[in-house]
Amino acid sequence: MFNATVAELARKLAARELSSVELTRALLARIERLNGRYNALISVDAGKSLADARDADALLARGAARPLTGIPIVHKDIFCTRGWRTTCGSKMLDNFVAPYDAHVIERLKGEGAVNLGKANMDEFAMGSSTESSYYGPVRNPWDEAAVPGGSSGGSAACVAARLAPAATGTDTGGSIRQPAAMTGICGLKPTYGLVSRYGMIAFASSLDQGGPLARSAEDLALLLNAMTGFDPRDSTSLDRAKEDYARDLARPLTGLRIGLPQEYFGAGLDADVGRAVEAAAAELRRLGAETVELSLPNAGLSVPAYYVIAPAEASSNLSRFDGVRYGHRAAGYGDLMDMYCRTRAEGFGTEVKRRILIGTYVLSHGYYDAYYLKAQRVRRLIARDFAEAFRRCDVIAGPTSPSVAFDLGAKSADPVQMYLNDIYTVAANLAGLPGMSIPCGFGERGRPVGLQLIGNYFGEARMLNVAHQYQQATDWHRRTPPGMDSES
Amino acid sequence: MPLSLDDVRRIAQLARIAVEPSEAERVLADLDRIFALIGEMQAVDTEGVEPMSHAQDVTLRLRDDAVTEPDRRELLQSIAPSVERGLYLVPKVIE
Repeated sequence: MFNATVAELARKLAARELSSVELTRALLARIERLNGRYNALISVDAGKSLADARDADALLARGAARPLTGIPIVHKDIFCTRGWRTTCGSKMLDNFVAPYDAHVIERLKGEGAVNLGKANMDEFAMGSSTESSYYGPVRNPWDEAAVPGGSSGGSAACVAARLAPAATGTDTGGSIRQPAAMTGICGLKPTYGLVSRYGMIAFASSLDQGGPLARSAEDLALLLNAMTGFDPRDSTSLDRAKEDYARDLARPLTGLRIGLPQEYFGAGLDADVGRAVEAAAAELRRLGAETVELSLPNAGLSVPAYYVIAPAEASSNLSRFDGVRYGHRAAGYGDLMDMYCRTRAEGFGTEVKRRILIGTYVLSHGYYDAYYLKAQRVRRLIARDFAEAFRRCDVIAGPTSPSVAFDLGAKSADPVQMYLNDIYTVAANLAGLPGMSIPCGFGERGRPVGLQLIGNYFGEARMLNVAHQYQQATDWHRRTPPGMDSES
Repeated sequence: MPLSLDDVRRIAQLARIAVEPSEAERVLADLDRIFALIGEMQAVDTEGVEPMSHAQDVTLRLRDDAVTEPDRRELLQSIAPSVERGLYLVPKVIE
């Protein structure tokens, strides 16, 4: 039961072989037993989860079930969930109980999914290792000495440890794809604008996108179908005809052109990751695809541009945390200015403060042109590189992360070392393109390697097709972490 | 371009985040490292390139200027640190 995918569980639930209450209860028991090891969840509420499950069973009994009815899903603690705490991994929101549901939460509830709990994350989604959480780091189920990646590390760890069949996450610079790669699971960031950001606590508004994490491409398609859709409450939500992201899963890959950017296979890539990704490319060729060498000439500028734009937008978005209307307020202060300054110094962790300061600087008078405007121009160059690349290929492939999961504490000393984890992922956020990661093997110390696929705008169905066909021919996505007791 | 402690103090003030003198040196060192990374962006010529803030060429949606939100003041203020008679309470501003 714990190894079953969402698709498999949905079939069992529909056939009444399993009830949502039984499934939810079993997962809650597993969480009770194992969450201490991974620290993947911040909030668990058995009463609320089982109430959701009972409602789902009623729908199933009436034959009114939808594809995700009765499926327990863990939510990154960045999505506002009415009645549950939503902490964003921060002391600033330690006491925040959202008075409303995020759009993504509403949609999944509408499908009859069960809220299984709120997942741990890097504070305010700023990080690549989930080590900056106020609630302590998350440990990688494949190797407890390793990070699970970040910022959706808790969501990824839950799915990898079989604490949940699926989870929601957010991706601003790679925060769904990279933890998926480091924990041997699948994760997808949609085209910017497909998933509403209403109720998804904002980090960088032009980059943030919510998306699914699960153990198969088919599952990602099912979740994406539920999570996407126009929302008038998000001014950047796109109003397009509804798509079935599972429609092309079964298409053979003959004739498909897969682009391999030379910049993704050069300096900075660890050899063990390179080997696993090259092997995946070879497998895709065996499945009938054609690989095409290409270049993304401005790839090296993605990280610098990202670390101007994201902090700039974060400095604006996080200015709302001032102790006035919700969240932490300092206990002692003099005047209003003092209250703001102490509240924010106390409520935010080191990395968040760093990024707010960078962002404030690059937006300040005299520096805006040299930094923010420059970065937005570089952004257009990066988007143009992709547009050019997609004239010669249908999907781009490469490593998700330059290395396998690193040890906890290994990159804490120098923020820039941490930022360089994002070299292959940030470009898709800057350009607004969809991207995903699926497991493709193992590297150093038996830690998972992820294959990244980047699609053209609205190319999710095609990316999922490539992933699904790869998963029909390989079984990396079905591997379980060592020592994991999956059937108890 | 290296920053100074004065820059750190100025930015912290703008960002409304108290940075203790004992922290300022470490913050400065971290920011300098990050600015060295960001500086790499200056290597490319972007003359004539339009800044890009959004992937799709979309315009901001407009709607009728009509009241659509219900009054949820009680619900939304129920989570505030300090509220009285429908007003958020804050310490006074001392000029």
